[in-house]
Amino acid sequence: MGTGQQAATRDVITLKGSSSIVGEFFSYAVNSILFQRGLYPSEQFDRVKKYGLTMLVSHEDKVKGYISAVTSQIADWLQTGKVQRVVMVISSLATKEVLERWNFLIETDRDATETGATKEKSDKEIMQEIQAIMRQITSSVTFLPHLEESCSFELLVYTDTDLEAPTSWEESDPRLIKKAQEVKLRSLNTKIHKIDSLVAYKVDDDSNV
Amino acid sequence: MAALISSNGGKDPAATPAKKLPQIDRFIPDRSAMNFDVANMLVLGKENSQLQQQPLRSDCSQEEYKKQLAENLLRDANIFQKKSRILAFKSKPPPPPEGFERESRLLYSENTAPGASKPRRMFRQIPQAPERTLDAPEILDDYYLNLLDWGTNNILAVALGHTVYLWNATTGGIEELMQVSEDDGPVTSVSWAPDGKHISVGLNNADVQLWDAFSLRQVRSLKAHTARVGSLAWNGPILSTGGRDNVIFNHDVRIREHVTGKMAAHQQEVCGLKWSPSGQQLASGGNDNLLYVWDAAAAASRGNSTYLHRLDEHQAAVKALAWCPFQSNLLASGGGTADRCIKFWNTHTGACIQSVDTASQVCALQWSKHERELLSSHGFSQNQLILWKYPSMVKMAELTGHTSRVLHMAQSPDGYTVASAAGDETLRFWQVFGTPDTTKATAVRTKASSSALNSRCIR
Repeated sequence: MGTGQQAATRDVITLKGSSSIVGEFFSYAVNSILFQRGLYPSEQFDRVKKYGLTMLVSHEDKVKGYISAVTSQIADWLQTGKVQRVVMVISSLATKEVLERWNFLIETDRDATETGATKEKSDKEIMQEIQAIMRQITSSVTFLPHLEESCSFELLVYTDTDLEAPTSWEESDPRLIKKAQEVKLRSLNTKIHKIDSLVAYKVDDDSNV
Repeated sequence: MAALISSNGGKDPAATPAKKLPQIDRFIPDRSAMNFDVANMLVLGKENSQLQQQPLRSDCSQEEYKKQLAENLLRDANIFQKKSRILAFKSKPPPPPEGFERESRLLYSENTAPGASKPRRMFRQIPQAPERTLDAPEILDDYYLNLLDWGTNNILAVALGHTVYLWNATTGGIEELMQVSEDDGPVTSVSWAPDGKHISVGLNNADVQLWDAFSLRQVRSLKAHTARVGSLAWNGPILSTGGRDNVIFNHDVRIREHVTGKMAAHQQEVCGLKWSPSGQQLASGGNDNLLYVWDAAAAASRGNSTYLHRLDEHQAAVKALAWCPFQSNLLASGGGTADRCIKFWNTHTGACIQSVDTASQVCALQWSKHERELLSSHGFSQNQLILWKYPSMVKMAELTGHTSRVLHMAQSPDGYTVASAAGDETLRFWQVFGTPDTTKATAVRTKASSSALNSRCIR
């Protein structure tokens, strides 16, 4: 009886809960992409157990700071329901050309933001979906072209025009890739937020893929 | 026809059904262009909540189409129904560290240990050509002599005929140590003392001379043998000499009565003589195909010593002897033309651990100090040096170049280079045991510009 009740409360997803789950997911996803794509030396990463997997998280101060600042802001904004997508842009340090774009499209359930209704979904299911996406990110190295040069990354957030942004955020251009090849990855659904992920990468003309 | 005309789909309300004029246009309905929803509404004239939505859709169906089109075509340009702004955090993440080597990531490499250590090189490049060749004219082509030795002072001593030359591997300089007269010579063996200052020279007249290599002066003369002294081996202050008189003498070079031990067991000339690194055992090989192992304590007695082991498995003269640096009591021995085998012995028990047929007479053996490898030098027909992996005895490399049997080998003090001397009157240096990790600091590889040295005659 008690356990039944506990299970029931845990399966309930609130807007705040979903936002924090999604925000956390972004933080781990970004770290994972940084490691897998080799943007930073592998010594800068620590292993953490999360989502039933071993996740690699950067312990480098500046990188950690940037990611946590952005993802916590995203989590806040998710509660407003005004976030449309989050994009991680990987561009060459030297030429500033965008080589990869990791798109996470977000759909927020209107009911939750407007009326504060709660949804039901088991934690386990959500975790499995996140696990699947993380695994896909890892396996993406098999088809993504090798990043030859030193690259930098950046996180862009697509929001509604009426969203108030603190002064620490500035407007940006979408930083698109000219001739992009796209691969759709799995999606995550917390019943309040639905995240569709896809990766777009620059097709190398001379690459013999 | 009448039915056709009656279902006019609202297109031509004015069409009069009754007329049947031959000039009338045949109306062919196009269902895809029809708007059944609108038609339905108009015909039925109903209004309910569902239909309320429909007019919206129907009225702006075109608009919707346009919108969807725009969304698909202009998706990236972001002209959505919901206009959005793109925000980026002002303080950017740091760039990757300077000089961060992006090691090429293998496919499917996932979650390997961060900063995985480079795997140990399984196979190193062994240069097939000698790094240096020196002339060695007048070198005696005699299997039973030992005319080459590389001292701890990095000076290579080689006996050419009646003269002993010292080649300084550090500077590349050559000097003549000594020359014996026609009667006394030729020189039959050379061996550096462990201190690197003195060198012992065995002569054809059974004399053993001790020289100071720095002042180039003879220090002592050790007379004990009655025939030429073909093999020498040092053990601290003790010098063991083996001669054609089949006897091995131990000399303590510090004292007046220098003969401290006598080992008479061989039936023929003693051509191989080596002390173990520990100084506990002495191995001697002779032309009688026998290999004896002597205990140091027994060898110190002034009387006749008895051997520890008598190993008779070789079928030919045993000249090549080498003690293993990494495994105590392991001795490698090589047999002559009729035998051609390298045999490994446990000198504790006297058992033969392994025997490998090399298909060619084994003239000399050198263990690697850095890896578990053994280098053997051979005669007919290839005159090659073979590098073996121990204990698998897999051939790692075969170094050819000599045009006559490779009689003598000596190892540099740093253990990376081996010098080989052959009856073809050349001295070749092989970078066979690897290279030190530091930059080219060792002497043998400097003075690359001294090409003159390469062709320079030692004499």
